[in-house]
Amino acid sequence: MSGPAEPLPTLPRVPPAFACQGLEKRYGGKLALGGVDLRVEPGELIGLLGPNGAGKSTLTKIACGLVRAGAGSAEVGGAPAGSAEARAAIGYLAELFRFPDWLTADELVRLHQRLAESDGGAKERAELLSLVGLEDAADVRVGAMSKGMQQRLGIAQALVGAPSLLLLDEPTSALDPIGRRVVRDLLRELRSRGVAVLLNSHLLSEVELVCDRVAILSAGLIVAEGAPSDLTRPRGLEVETETGVRSYPDATREEVPEIVAGVVGSGASVYGVRLLESTLEDAYLEVLGG
Amino acid sequence: MTGTLIIAGYTLRECVRRRVFVVVLVLSVVFLGLYGLGTDSAFDEAQLLTGQAAFDEKVLVGSTLLGLAMFTTLFLGAVLAAFLTLNGVRGDADRGLLQPLVVRPVGRTTVLAGRFAAAASVCVAYVLAMYGAALLITGATGGWWPDEALGPALGLAGGVVIIAGLSLLGSVWLSATANGIAVFMLFGAGLAAGLLGQIGEALDADTLKTVAEVTSWALPFEALYQAGLHGLTTETSGITGVVVELGPFGGAQEGGALLWPWAVAYLAVVAALARFGFARRDL
Ligand SMILES: Nc1ncnc2c1ncn2[C@@H]1O[C@H](COP(=O)(O)OP(=O)(O)OP(=O)(O)O)[C@@H](O)[C@H]1O
Ligand SMILES: [Mg+2]
Repeated sequence: MSGPAEPLPTLPRVPPAFACQGLEKRYGGKLALGGVDLRVEPGELIGLLGPNGAGKSTLTKIACGLVRAGAGSAEVGGAPAGSAEARAAIGYLAELFRFPDWLTADELVRLHQRLAESDGGAKERAELLSLVGLEDAADVRVGAMSKGMQQRLGIAQALVGAPSLLLLDEPTSALDPIGRRVVRDLLRELRSRGVAVLLNSHLLSEVELVCDRVAILSAGLIVAEGAPSDLTRPRGLEVETETGVRSYPDATREEVPEIVAGVVGSGASVYGVRLLESTLEDAYLEVLGG
Repeated sequence: MTGTLIIAGYTLRECVRRRVFVVVLVLSVVFLGLYGLGTDSAFDEAQLLTGQAAFDEKVLVGSTLLGLAMFTTLFLGAVLAAFLTLNGVRGDADRGLLQPLVVRPVGRTTVLAGRFAAAASVCVAYVLAMYGAALLITGATGGWWPDEALGPALGLAGGVVIIAGLSLLGSVWLSATANGIAVFMLFGAGLAAGLLGQIGEALDADTLKTVAEVTSWALPFEALYQAGLHGLTTETSGITGVVVELGPFGGAQEGGALLWPWAVAYLAVVAALARFGFARRDL
């Protein structure tokens, strides 16, 4: 088989966990996606933001094969989105999901273990339920669960079979603050295990805390993309003295010692110094002209 | 195959948990009880009516009553088939129940196949049990047995399988309510066409016969049921045969050799359409 023309061995290329190019989707005449390019690397946690109707759920549904794209391509781990191979690699929690109310938490996870051909058994089920704080609710029927408990169960369900790409469409919308924190820690833990996550959310502070990168979608197009720290920017300095707060909106971090020395030199007492940064919310509102 | 069994098992478990089988069982037992009482007194009273040697009143009473039981069984089987499949695709998708299943590697076709397998096996088991029970009750109370016992059973079974298939096909596009209405309208249209055919046969009216024939090909559950009814008295002749034919279930048409192959092909087309439509649907 080998001949003189054989190319030099190269490192195997790891396909992106998710990649789409020129992705378009129309529902009837209504444009939902107008040519989206996005790449999620293995182990990367990406937040997909954008106003209602921007196309976030549509993008996620194309990634898991529920919706067919009108044009463009989408791949999961190198396989066409929606193919059996791609479906085997994903875990998905829909925005508007419902589980059969007659199944218990344990039975639901078991059903999905069978559908995902996971051989994790009772150990995996117990682990997943305890990851989302439902260890005491294994025998509770879905119909008897609160909305937040169902959402926790939905996250556990999405993790069945150790997927390499998690598609979570507003997974914490019904969770209490402790539940949100549990999910944040869980996402960090998953990322450290190399799981890629595409997270749709309107909770910007949460996305800012946990995501490596965010993409802002508006009217079916990505209008901003980058690390949360790239999207935010410095907003000056505030120095608190006995006479009140003095603002230096254009000051940079490098100028802080000099400014503080000046204030102290003028005879004032300094009680606090705050370097200000815009939040992801500020950036979001700026981009979308809110 | 495993995927189909998982989904079918899931569907059946839902029926058990929702007490579908208990309700069906209780109501069916009530029906069979009434049927037993009715047959018993019908056979008793018919004996008093005639004394003619050439006419066997047992055949008339038995075949009419068993025909009635078959009609009821087909109707109940159709209700079961429709309700087990009504929500199959669109209804479950609208409620968000379907999406978590079809994003799993098993995929859409398997989910569809599993739903169909579950509904078809429940309905077939149901109509066979009901028909068998009615057959035994008729035989035990009046001492009459149909000329052919297996054919009618197969006709009923085939009929409900086709209804389940049509209902699942409809569920790909229609909401649960619209689909339920559509299935029962088709069912009613089939029965009406069957009756028209019988009237056409009695009056020898060609247009009616043609309408009935075209409808039976288009809705073969009706033709299978008619062929089953025909099997009850297939060898009855003479005056008895003539009188039976004039009864409400007597004029049923024989299916012909092409009926079963056509029914199988029809179901294959329904399955292919459902699969094709489901594969294209955004969920
Ligand atoms: N099944 C559908 N039929 C018709 N139009 C649809 C359908 N689903 C979505 N759309 C339209 O596509 C666009 C994008 O919808 P999508 O659900 O992707 O938005 P989203 O960004 O997830 O919004 P939200 O933040 O409210 O969840 C919207 O204009 C919506 O009206
Ligand atoms: Mg959405």
